[in-house]
Parts: sequence; C-alpha cells; structure tokens
Amino acid sequence: MLANFDFDVIRRSLSYLFIDGMTFTVTLTALAAAGGLFFGTMIALMRLSGYRVMGWIAGLYVDFMRSLPLVLVIFWFYFLVPYIGQWITGSSRPIKVGAFASSLITFILFEAAYFSEIMRAGIQSISRGQPAAASALGLTYAQTMRYVVLPQAFRNMLPVLLTQTIVLFQDTSLVYVLSIPDFLGAASKVAQRDGRLVEMYLFAALIYFTISCVASYFVRRLQARISIIR
Amino acid sequence: MIEISHVNKWYSPSFQVLKDCTTSVAKGEVVVVCGPSGSGKSTLIKCVNALEPFQDGAITIDGLKVNDPKTDLPKLRSRVGMVFQHFELFPHLKIIDNLCLAQQKVLGRGQEEATAKGMKLLERVGLKEQAQKFPAQLSGGQQQRVAIARALAMDPIAMLFDEPTSALDPEMISEVLDVMVDLAREGMTMMVVTHEMGFARKVAHRVIFMDRGEIVEDAKKEDFFGQPRSERAQQFLSKILSH
Repeated sequence: MLANFDFDVIRRSLSYLFIDGMTFTVTLTALAAAGGLFFGTMIALMRLSGYRVMGWIAGLYVDFMRSLPLVLVIFWFYFLVPYIGQWITGSSRPIKVGAFASSLITFILFEAAYFSEIMRAGIQSISRGQPAAASALGLTYAQTMRYVVLPQAFRNMLPVLLTQTIVLFQDTSLVYVLSIPDFLGAASKVAQRDGRLVEMYLFAALIYFTISCVASYFVRRLQARISIIR
Repeated sequence: MIEISHVNKWYSPSFQVLKDCTTSVAKGEVVVVCGPSGSGKSTLIKCVNALEPFQDGAITIDGLKVNDPKTDLPKLRSRVGMVFQHFELFPHLKIIDNLCLAQQKVLGRGQEEATAKGMKLLERVGLKEQAQKFPAQLSGGQQQRVAIARALAMDPIAMLFDEPTSALDPEMISEVLDVMVDLAREGMTMMVVTHEMGFARKVAHRVIFMDRGEIVEDAKKEDFFGQPRSERAQQFLSKILSH
C-alpha cells in the first residue's frame, strides 16, 4: 500500500516548507506572543486598576474576544481593516493592509485577551505585602508595578504563558484561510500542486506534533525549576 | 516628629477599627505600641505612612500632613522607613538589589553609590556575605535584618516597625531585636508595634496600650510597667508577663 505514496515530495519541498513556511509561522508566533503579552499586561492592569470604567472596558474586551471563533476574527479583520483605515484616515479608497500585517494585528488583539487573563492571575498571586513594601520605600504605583509586581507575576506565570504560546503556534495555521503560505499553507500548496495530499498533511502534522511536544517538555522542566527557586 | 490627632477609621459603617486615636512621637523618641490582637495597633501604624487610609482626623510627619491630597505621598514615604511582620523582601531580586532598588529609583542615587551604601548597611546588620544571595536562601531572622537595612538605606527620619518579630522562630528573635536596640540607642525615632516587653523595657521611652481601636494607655515606660492606670492594661500585662 505504501508503494502508492511518494515521500520524496517532502524532500523536494523541504526548503520551501521550512525557509518560507516555517519562518513565517515562527515569526508570526513570536511577534504575536510579544505583542499579546504587552497589550495583555496593559489590559490586566486596567482590570485591576480600581477605576471602574477602565476595568469595565477591559473586561468587555476580553469577554468579546474570547467569545468569537478565531477564524472569524481573522476573516473579519482582513476584510474590514482596509475600510476602517479608510474611515479613520479619510482617504478616498480602502487603505492597503498586507496579509501579514493584518494577521499579525488580529493575533495580537486576540492573544491579548488570553494573555491578560494569565497576567491578571499572576498579579493577583502576589501577596499584598509586596506592593505595600514597595510603596513604603517611596516607589510610585508605576514603579511598584514595573520593578516589583510585574516581574514576579511574569516569572510565576511563565510556564502558563509559554503553554499559551504553544497553542498560539498551532493557531497561526489558521492564516491558511487568507491563503498565506505559513508552514501549513506551504504544505497544502505543495500537496495540491503535486497531488500528494496524504503525504504532505501527514508530514505537516508530524512537524507540528514534534515541535509542540518538545516545547511542552521544556516548559515542564522550566516549571519544575521555578517551583524550586520559589 | 509624628503627630497623630483624633484619627478615626471605619472598615464599614458598623465596624470602627480606630477610635479617636491621639498621640505623638517626638524626635529621637522610641514608642512601643502593644495590645491584644485585633486592637488596631497594626492599622494605626500603617495609617502613619498612609498604607491604610483613614476617614477622620489628621497625621503629620515632620510638618507634612499625610492625609492631604496635595502631599507627595511617595516622597513622604521614602523618608519614613517601615519594617513588616512578613519581611516583604522582593524575592526576585538579590539581597543587594533589594537594598539598591528604591535608592536608585526614588532617591536617584547612582549604581555605585547605592551599592556602597547597601553594603555598608549589610555589614552593619552582619549580613555582608549574603549580598549576592536571594531572599529565599536566608533564614527569617536574616531576612528581617535585611529588611531593616533596606529601610535604613533610604536615610529615613523615622522608622516604623509592624510586629517585626512575630513571624520569627524564637531563636531568631534576639538577632533582630539586637539590631533594633542599637538603632534606638543611636537616637533613631521609632514607633514599634510589638509584644516584646523586654525590648520595651530596654529602650522604649513611652508605651502605648491599645484595645478595641482605642488608645487606652499612653504612658512613660516607668509608669506603664510600674503601675498601669487602666484595668485592661494591667490584665494584658499580667497575661503576657506571667510566663
């Protein structure tokens, strides 16, 4: 049965798959994780700020993003952002937003909602004595957050943040709907072109599986190390 | 130095934690605050540097009103050192960095100056060798001595101690008290919430006894230990001194 399969197609397309496809996937994952963490932290701080309106807006945003399927948001954004841009800048035609920029913005906005919940839990895990001690030394609220609370929250939550990033790594394959050649998109293109669907999708699955498993293993080791330090 | 006048604080309309508290701490004076748990003594000392808000009354430190919205609170707090029951060292920073952080970010001292000052104070509390360690690697007594050094690094005009030995194992209490006794003898203005009556006997000028949110007794040390006027203070003393 295996005789009907041509696994050489994988070897022939390796450079396209990895140099083009995987580079895009990893770049998108890294940038979206960094952006999501930054904005997620801001949202978490808004929710915990004690200002009711700010907390309410942040909460609404998180609930909204978490109740929508990611594919839908990616689609919407891709088709809507040019028009929103036109409306904001007042130009005569929809502004051009590349597929990469559009998908990156989408992922940052989407991940920010998830990262904000992780960071909120992290900030709440810090005992109240820590910010009290920082204030007692004369640090301002911003300095207390920047130098005392957030570093600890980030360290405590690092395993969870990384696990979420692994999920994000898999989720980036959804840019496939915008026919962007990420790793899965590239594999799919080769599969369709050469009529080798089984081989290519099998290979893509194997690669996602391997990378995610190895990453999870390192996250578990990191978790063990952190719990010793604490 | 510290003036507390008619301070009232409510947690809720039906629960008043501080009732018309009035007292003061003069420059160079050591005042010990004691009383049963829940009497509001920790709350009172936290009101002094505005870690706890209060609804009524006034507290001034060195002429600056703590509960005035125009007061630059971070600046005021940076001049008043505070030591907590649970040390509250920053666990993600090395000991020396615990001492340098506020010096650099609040007082604007350079890295070198802050480190030098920090090392000097670590030497003073006998922990120079621990400078490069993390707080979790130190014993409770050592951590509390670091916390005192961290507060002193800001060159405070007064020090507040909130039950500094309550979370310590018995054999570590004296090493912390020794540092505090030295500090008191050097003339530091101190307000100390503690049950350590030995410390009070040794260095306090005045003792305040609180019960149910009220200052019941505010007397010179000799009078307090000689013959407290209130019955509640007598009962309290007989209970904690009988062992």
